[in-house]
Amino acid sequence: MPLTTEQESRHLEKRHRKARIFAIFCAAITWSSVLLLAVLLYQVSIEGFRWLDWQFISSFPSRFPERAGIKSALVGTIWLISLVALISIPVGVSTALYLEEFAGKGKISKIIEVNIANLAGVPSIVYGILGLAIFVRFFALERSLISGALTMSLLILPVIIIASREAIKTVPQGIRNAAYSLGATKWQTTWAHVLPASFPGIMTGVILALSRSIGETAPLIMIGAMTFVAFLPEGPMDSFTAMPIQIYNWVSRPQEEFHELAAAGIIVLLAVLLVMNATAIFIRNRTERRMK
Amino acid sequence: MSQFPDSTLAEQNLQMSKKSVLELRNVNIFYSDNQAVNDVSFNIRRNKITAIIGPSGCGKSTLLRSLNRMNDFVDGARVEGELIFGNENLYGKEVDAVEVRRRIGMVFQKPNPFPKSIYNNISWGPLINGFNGSTDELVERSLKQAALWEEVKDRLHESALNLSGGQQQRLCIARALAMEPEVLLMDEPCSALDPISTARIEDLLFELKSSYTIVIVTHNMQQAARISDYTAFMEMGDLIEFNVTKKIFTRPAMKRTEEYVTGRFG
Amino acid sequence: MAQEQYPDAALASQPAEPRAARSIKKSGVLWGEFAIKSWLASCSFISIVTTAAIVILLLSETLNFFESVSPREFFFGTTWTPLFEPSSFGVLPLVWGTLIVTIGAALIAIPTGLASAIYLSEYASDRMRSIIKPVLELLAGIPTVVYGYFALTFVTPVLRNVFPDIQVFNALSAAIVVGIMVLPMVATMSDNALRAVPVSLRQGAYALGATSYEVTTRVVVPAGLSGVMASFLLAISRAIGETMAVTLAAGQTPNMSLTMFESIQTMTSYIVQVSLGDTPSGGVAYQTLFAVATLLFAITLVINIISQMILNRFREVYE
Repeated sequence: MPLTTEQESRHLEKRHRKARIFAIFCAAITWSSVLLLAVLLYQVSIEGFRWLDWQFISSFPSRFPERAGIKSALVGTIWLISLVALISIPVGVSTALYLEEFAGKGKISKIIEVNIANLAGVPSIVYGILGLAIFVRFFALERSLISGALTMSLLILPVIIIASREAIKTVPQGIRNAAYSLGATKWQTTWAHVLPASFPGIMTGVILALSRSIGETAPLIMIGAMTFVAFLPEGPMDSFTAMPIQIYNWVSRPQEEFHELAAAGIIVLLAVLLVMNATAIFIRNRTERRMK
Repeated sequence: MSQFPDSTLAEQNLQMSKKSVLELRNVNIFYSDNQAVNDVSFNIRRNKITAIIGPSGCGKSTLLRSLNRMNDFVDGARVEGELIFGNENLYGKEVDAVEVRRRIGMVFQKPNPFPKSIYNNISWGPLINGFNGSTDELVERSLKQAALWEEVKDRLHESALNLSGGQQQRLCIARALAMEPEVLLMDEPCSALDPISTARIEDLLFELKSSYTIVIVTHNMQQAARISDYTAFMEMGDLIEFNVTKKIFTRPAMKRTEEYVTGRFG
Repeated sequence: MAQEQYPDAALASQPAEPRAARSIKKSGVLWGEFAIKSWLASCSFISIVTTAAIVILLLSETLNFFESVSPREFFFGTTWTPLFEPSSFGVLPLVWGTLIVTIGAALIAIPTGLASAIYLSEYASDRMRSIIKPVLELLAGIPTVVYGYFALTFVTPVLRNVFPDIQVFNALSAAIVVGIMVLPMVATMSDNALRAVPVSLRQGAYALGATSYEVTTRVVVPAGLSGVMASFLLAISRAIGETMAVTLAAGQTPNMSLTMFESIQTMTSYIVQVSLGDTPSGGVAYQTLFAVATLLFAITLVINIISQMILNRFREVYE
């Protein structure tokens, strides 16, 4: 039975009200996550701020909170990112280039692709176990920076590969065609045209992957990064600690001061991450502008 | 059905072989299981412009791309028959496709300059192929041949992407000419351009004829009639007729050809 | 003139004469190209080698483990005390711990993530998007230790105000924090999925007189369902594999209580516990590490594969 005009308009009223409530609901939820981020940052800042000074950055950890600092962890992290970058960038970008430019569409490519997609979803702690068994034990690299770097490289390799592939895919096919038609080989074309054109996209992906690796703790724990390190590593074979490990160590202690120290460490860590992410975004924006 | 109505095929083949740069004999091209080009045979004569015309989807671009082995990049593309270039079959077993493309150049439908400077666009091809002379002269010569020199001579090191569509296409022509190819293939080079740029490029091709051999695919019949010496008319993968352009457009031997060139279809 | 510049190519500008041209046959093997292609291919194989290494390592050690402990005890036992005497190897408490944290996290992340995605793709203006998207990226980029810290120093104290009985280490805190951690993942992926739904579908529905609520819930979300569901699965998989936040927030007491107010232990935090402790390598106690890791790996692998399959089907439909 059709509704009367009055029933119809009341029904419509209800539907509109529902729509409005729904929209407000979704908006509220979304903005609450912004609020959440603000709360989290506020919490960290409040707790850690009074510990954040030059002495904090330049001291080694200590049993006494007043004397404790993040120096060894910071240096360890810097060592770690550098090594990870040196290892994972060439391998990751090479893989992406191979899959996009050189490999056929055959079965082997498919298998590699599926592999990479699955490896991207493996929990980081499993990579830690792998690193322990292969790098620390089998290759007898001990609990060194190089073991940690190799393990972390394996961890972020899928991310770099996937991001690089996306960047390479955006290079217009016309450029490759032009190069081939001038009598260039695949590698000449790739090196002279595809790689430079996709470089910004690749760099953005690499920086984001590296910034993810900075925050990873579990794999480093597995391969045996120490939690109390009062020296600076001098070479890739030295043992080390890293910022997330130091922070974890401080958080796990019952004393309030160590929690505050942890907060200070977190501020330093977040600052490093912020710089890296800002660089990535800057590169991305600058190249988008240049392309236009 | 003879494509050359006036003398026997054998005589003609003999006559043509010295004057032909590229000879197509029974060329069949497949994309996986679909046949795109059926048993096409004709010759490309030196220092002449040969046009390939026909309605959309007739296989003319596919045929053109097979002349410099660009079809190699298409998955599932297969070429049968002979394409004789300098006494060798382009698709012979030992043939290096890269070498083929050094000597048979191509200009594409959509201008595709490298996102580099005008200068680098032109010098890159020769340099990677072992050029060791003066690149300045090379760039100037190529740009002059493409009738672009006057417009860009003061901004050679600016990005090629700043040029207009017509200028970019002339840059692509200059780039291809810098390789000094024996044959220049052009795949609908004006279809993405405005009428004025089109006219300029047509004039350019007329001048280039004396130094280069050109094969041009075009869906613009009037263009073919204006600039080409020989015309091949294709439909649905078949070569319907191949003859001197004047004949194709004034006294075509096949009825289908006549219907196409008078605009009754396509 | 041109001859010197092109060492062995033909002259271009001589019309009628046949040219002294080089053969187009291959001249020798192109070592350079071959070497480069080999290097690139080898790099690609590292991914296969990695997977193989993980599988072989985990499986072989787990098989060793099953020589000392029966699979039945492992998979169905409800007491987990491998590091003490008397030792007991029932893994269910760990699975249970992982389960309640994951379900709790999913209950938080999935509705909120989806609502955020809907807001971003259907309601938000470009300016709002430009604020919220970076916020989400930031939330996603915050390291897990930080979330663990947040749980201990903020969430748990707040919870204690509401529920005075709650322990310092509890599952609820962990679940909340992990939920916040995977929320951006759900939001971003679902947002992408919803935006991929063609505008014409929405316009058709609006043209029939539907409200935005009806268009969203009855047209857009169902159309983008595969991408949305894939995002749920990936978020769950990520929550299962989460280590540091749950270790810090939920403690290390394996138990199977139904309440979330007590300390529990997840599979991941157990693995951390073993490696931080002084368990001698080679013993059964140590091998439990691999057995649990294999279980963890298998679960996340299955979920990831299912979500890949869903995503692939989604891509087929729209591309």
